Amino acid sequence: MQKILVANRAEVALRIIRACRELGLDTVAVYSTADATARHVRVADEAVCVGKPAARDSYLNIGALIDAARRTGAEAVHPGYGFLAENAAFARACEEAGLIWVGPSPAAIDQMGDKAVARELARSAGVPVVPGTAGTLTLKEALRTAEDVGYPVMVKAVAGGGGRGIRVADDPEELRSCVVAAAREAEAAFGDDSLYLEKLVVNPRHVEVQVLGDGQGGAIHLYERECSLQRRRQKLLEESPAPNLDPQTRAAMCSAGARLAAAVDYASAGTVEFIVDASGDFHFIEMNTRIQVEHPVTEMVTGIDLVKEQLRIAAGEPFDVLQDDVAPRGWAIEFRLNAEDPAAGFLPSPGEITALELPGGPGVRIDTAIYAGYHVPPFYDSLIAKLIVWGRDRDEAIARGRRALSEFRIDGIKTTIPFHLRVLGEPSFLAGEYHTDSVAELALA
Amino acid sequence: MAEKTIKSPLPGTFWRRPNPTSDPFVAEGEAVEPGKVVGLVEIMKSFHEVRAEDSGVVERFLVDSEDTVEAGQDVVVLTD
Repeated sequence: MQKILVANRAEVALRIIRACRELGLDTVAVYSTADATARHVRVADEAVCVGKPAARDSYLNIGALIDAARRTGAEAVHPGYGFLAENAAFARACEEAGLIWVGPSPAAIDQMGDKAVARELARSAGVPVVPGTAGTLTLKEALRTAEDVGYPVMVKAVAGGGGRGIRVADDPEELRSCVVAAAREAEAAFGDDSLYLEKLVVNPRHVEVQVLGDGQGGAIHLYERECSLQRRRQKLLEESPAPNLDPQTRAAMCSAGARLAAAVDYASAGTVEFIVDASGDFHFIEMNTRIQVEHPVTEMVTGIDLVKEQLRIAAGEPFDVLQDDVAPRGWAIEFRLNAEDPAAGFLPSPGEITALELPGGPGVRIDTAIYAGYHVPPFYDSLIAKLIVWGRDRDEAIARGRRALSEFRIDGIKTTIPFHLRVLGEPSFLAGEYHTDSVAELALA
Repeated sequence: MAEKTIKSPLPGTFWRRPNPTSDPFVAEGEAVEPGKVVGLVEIMKSFHEVRAEDSGVVERFLVDSEDTVEAGQDVVVLTD
């Protein structure tokens, strides 16, 4: 495995290219016609245009991506996150084309991608789950199950992840419109409009466990990330460790994550997501079979490069990280900088970045592909940069985050920086006491 | 006959239907009231409704589904 095709764009494409370069691997970038001048295109060793701006014509175009790999002689494909990262058909198409898929097996993607199957697997691995249903849902089934488990309920995309295609209904009438809207979003985001339903746990914390599996039943965890700071189920800030998490709960959750990964012979990096309810009990919600946006938080506290581990595992190298080697140190926080206007309901704000200055200094990491003069296109995700700060403890990380956020200058578009600065002034955040509804309750957004 | 237009509030990709298998939100010749949804704009993976601000009859669409639109661009012509 010497040449890797990176089937993604923007900051994550750049992140993967960087890992490849450090391992001495060659890279092929792909891009849509809207991304011809993007940084990932310029930084990669080679680049291939795979189609028109709309994602379905380019970054979701399996035929064009496989063709790009063939034409450039790439031996492996890294899907990043989003787009086709959790698409088993793409993983299979890669394998059938003789390409190494940098990720878990198509079978594991299928198992975890079908949220009903995932629930059953979790249950049989001794991992607690949230009450709800299984499988593809008709409106009639949704209404019946909602009566059984009790409102409010969440309608989610079976093919989902990343918080897309999720709606909450408080009553049958709302459920009817939710099913239609969630199906539309799911179809647009994942090309599959199937839905399932779960009881909504009120005011939960969202805590997830990073895992690495060797594909042969060996799996370790790299501790947890607190991801409760969300707006409409889109994560905005993540931190590790999770503040004020009972040590026994933490240990039980982390080992449950590794146990589930081992149970499905999981290969590569993955994330097991849990919600923690008000009484401190945790429940499995889903497993994300990809590298995640917030993976740098774990990298900062463990010192382990997760993307390099993915590449090593894909190359069939022996699994060289032992559970005891994972010794987190200090505190890390990630701030997602989206091209959105927090003062206008987080309205998308694409356009030209006319001036750009980035922060630096101790404990500061920035993952971004933007530059002065870059046009943030309207076609893709609004994430334009991630600021990750590390400190010896939470207080130092927070002070560093405040300092680094205030060093940014991004002219021409709106970003979520003012939102993050408000969060860092919020007493409940500073006390580490927040849940997935805190952003709305505190009117932070 | 006075002509009015409905503008897209955001840049992005215009859609005339709630999903690919549904009927369009409105057809040419149909009367609309203020607040009536006439299309969606897809931007950064989210969908935003395009609504009529005035009442009138849909004379014609100036864009098709999947066309790229700019913020403030006229998408529908209404007549009284």
